Amino acid sequence: MPCDDWRGKLDAYADGELSLPEMNALGDHMRRCADCSVQALQRVQLKRSVAVAGRRYEPSAEFRAKVTNSVNRKRDRGTGWFWKILVVPALLTLIFVAGLNYYVRGARAERQRVYSELADLHVATLASSTPVDVVSTDRHTVKPWFEGRIPFTFNLPELQGTDFSLLGGRVTYLAQVPGAHLIYRLRKHEISVFIFPDSGAPAAALSGAAEVRSFTFEDWAQNGLRYFVVGDVGGNDIEALSKLLRDAR
Amino acid sequence: MEVPDPRLPAANFADLALPLFDQLYNFAHWLTQDRHEAEDLVQETFAKGLRGFQSFQPGTNFRAWMFRILRNTFLTSRTGLKSTVPLEDDASETIPSGDLSPEDVLVEQANRDAVRQALNELSVPFREILLLCDVEEMSYEEIAQVLTIPPGTVMSRLHRARKALRTRLLEKSPGGVNAVR
Ligand SMILES: [Zn+2]
Repeated sequence: MPCDDWRGKLDAYADGELSLPEMNALGDHMRRCADCSVQALQRVQLKRSVAVAGRRYEPSAEFRAKVTNSVNRKRDRGTGWFWKILVVPALLTLIFVAGLNYYVRGARAERQRVYSELADLHVATLASSTPVDVVSTDRHTVKPWFEGRIPFTFNLPELQGTDFSLLGGRVTYLAQVPGAHLIYRLRKHEISVFIFPDSGAPAAALSGAAEVRSFTFEDWAQNGLRYFVVGDVGGNDIEALSKLLRDAR
Repeated sequence: MEVPDPRLPAANFADLALPLFDQLYNFAHWLTQDRHEAEDLVQETFAKGLRGFQSFQPGTNFRAWMFRILRNTFLTSRTGLKSTVPLEDDASETIPSGDLSPEDVLVEQANRDAVRQALNELSVPFREILLLCDVEEMSYEEIAQVLTIPPGTVMSRLHRARKALRTRLLEKSPGGVNAVR
């Protein structure tokens, strides 16, 4: 193939759009033709310059918050509706229909408040110089460490074969109620697991997943305990760790 | 560890769209050349995306879908309507020949600002296709979806866009085109 024909393909070459045989053929040609290889190099350089120059404008923090909120508000509305369908039949015998909306709003506000507090605990703990009081990746060390320090026991999952690792734990408090705070790691992200007695935790009696600030939450009740999982990772990862904890024996 | 999300697709618009926020904003700002207009454009894109998410086909390219919404919204905006002039800088334009290529000038100057200025001066069709290809690193197929043009047109328009960009860069070299000759 003459040079002129190759010249027409240099853009596609720089853009990585040539088929493998074409790529190999052009490679062969360029080894013999200095002109074409210089031109190809120039295309690649130009492309790179545009890539650098083109990353130019950054959204303001206010605008980012505005759009994030507008998208997440819609999501909250969706889950709220779903939640009502599940719980309404059970509650109808207890409360007047007129009072229901108040209850829903109050419960959700309470839950948001608890989430917010736990997010603060998560951030403050990770920022401190000694995030954990018992440093161990071994659940068989961490679990007994809590005995005598908090008024309940719990099971921790085996993590072998997963991407999660345990960093350690500490005693924490939510509304003066002592509980366990465990820190796990997943791909350079730290995830907090909080465990409180269910009666003592001021959370409303609802479980589910949500996002507060930039954190993903999941919480549920199990064997008289309430679990909260918090982290700046996606819902799938939070869900995966939650499942491990739920299945722990 | 990835677990497939069993939740409803409606809950996932935010998960899919928010990671594109920075890219969409950058693209919007390049198109509108104005912060406030860019913000309006991005906001409208997210609102339209959220409303139309039911019609989005899972498994197809979500990023291309969002960029297409943004671009179509831009084209119907006041600034966008003004920008739909026919493609200038057409292939008839010749690049001055000489020992020094536009790319050499570029390397010599290492001047990001010159590239920015040159990009700014290009017509919207040329500017947008270069941003999609070089900044967003979209494939020709993806670009074709965003711009709703055939992949063959993507290739020829890109070629002309780069030619136009190189001409502008050359003009910006010290002394202008004549000095290069
Ligand atoms: Zn050649």
